[in-house]
Amino acid sequence: MNTEVLKGGLAQMLKGGVIMDVTNEEQAAIAQEAGACAVMALERVPSDIRKEGGVARMADPSLVKRIMDCVSIPVMAKVRIGHNTEARILEELGVDYIDESEVLTPADDRFHINKQAFKVPFVCGARNLGEALRRIAEGAAMIRTKGEPGTGNVIEAVRHIRIVNEEIRALCALQEDEVVYFCKEHAIPLHLGLETRKEGRLPVVNFAAGGIATPADAALMMELGCDGVFVGSGIFKSSDPARQAKAIVEAVTHYKDAKKLLEISQGLGTPMHGIEISAIAPADRMQERGW
Amino acid sequence: MLTHLSSIHLQQAIERIENTPEQEQVRIGVLALQGAFLEHCHALYAVGAKPVELRSLQDMENLHGLCLPGGESTVMGKLLVQNRMLEKFAGFIQGGMPVFATCAGLILLSKEIIGFENQVRLNCLNAAVNRNAFGRQKESFIEELPIICPFLSENDAEKQCVFPAVFIRAPQVVRVGNNVTILAKRNEQILAVQEKNMVAAAFHPELTENLLFHTWLYKKASEYKQLL
Repeated sequence: MNTEVLKGGLAQMLKGGVIMDVTNEEQAAIAQEAGACAVMALERVPSDIRKEGGVARMADPSLVKRIMDCVSIPVMAKVRIGHNTEARILEELGVDYIDESEVLTPADDRFHINKQAFKVPFVCGARNLGEALRRIAEGAAMIRTKGEPGTGNVIEAVRHIRIVNEEIRALCALQEDEVVYFCKEHAIPLHLGLETRKEGRLPVVNFAAGGIATPADAALMMELGCDGVFVGSGIFKSSDPARQAKAIVEAVTHYKDAKKLLEISQGLGTPMHGIEISAIAPADRMQERGW
Repeated sequence: MLTHLSSIHLQQAIERIENTPEQEQVRIGVLALQGAFLEHCHALYAVGAKPVELRSLQDMENLHGLCLPGGESTVMGKLLVQNRMLEKFAGFIQGGMPVFATCAGLILLSKEIIGFENQVRLNCLNAAVNRNAFGRQKESFIEELPIICPFLSENDAEKQCVFPAVFIRAPQVVRVGNNVTILAKRNEQILAVQEKNMVAAAFHPELTENLLFHTWLYKKASEYKQLL
């Protein structure tokens, strides 16, 4: 109970904020200056991982450490799905959150990390309610939509949050004695199905991720009910990262205010180029990783 | 789990307060630029107040109290400036409007942030704070903390209770000015303080079911409303 409050509590403090991918100290400083509520330290942003191919692994801990030393906001870092040891290394290093992420090459084709066993909190990706609640059952204290990382194309993130929302509404419409069948169909532990039905939302903080490239994208995800936003390649692959980052932070705060969004969205230069999803072979879609 | 209060009880409280005419509400502005402001809104509904989310100058009308939530103090500070809310906010507090601040809110409220002299702050509470004073997330903890509540009873100024204190990358107060009362201490660490209309805690009452601090804010805001 206590660890749940502490792990979930940090995610609650991040709400209404933007978590930005950074690959060095310089980018971390730009992100902090722009108003990021946390940074994700990694070796390459998703669009470069996609371009370069090969096996993507946990970043060099010395890089993560340098980033931890140069900002005062929380620092997150990614480990491969199922890679318990990478997670233990980052926990030892003292990162504030670990992302068990489909952006990296999975290390286990059946199991995710037993996140209950860690003191450091975890965030995991999900495309639907079943995936989200399985990750929470394993101990994730925060969820994010998977979207399609490194594309600058928001459609998959939108699809995933809409599916989660639709499935929660369907669950809430059931009678209590019908919940067990819903849980069976979606491969969800019963107690989490019941909790979600009672609260009418995911039992942990849920951010958007995977394809958010502009302030309007970020505000759209907030409007769809996300608690905050991760931006990966979208910032440092745009023509003016500092301005784009600051504008996305403001858009998340003012997502309901079209007048403010109009001001925020002007004159930001060129956003990241982006990829049409149908141009990515199904086998190369990162969102398919995770079980 | 995100709502720490019984959802049925909360739903009833929200309905009752939202159906109260505006002039009869005790309206407490909750800074809603970033962070865990919704948790404070829920706690405020539960004690009978009407929370008003503050994101711009236009939201800052017809208020009787203020609440500064947890989150990232640097982000809230920047957004307070960008939305031109900083001076008006500080002005309300200096004018005597009751305010309750938690964690990042305590940092924002203070006059001095050690090591971050240029960080934007409201500059109201006569205290020097140390950000992330306990360390990173792995040093976060929960502790039953003895606190002195001068506001529990007017007749019993030294009344003590134990509070379920949740510390998340929490700050500490390292120095206080003359008029500041220390409400909670752990060894030499100062963890909750009061100066006139301001109460601030390094921990997160809004993540528990304990409504002591929000009750204080509601009570003081009701009194403040009578004076207007």
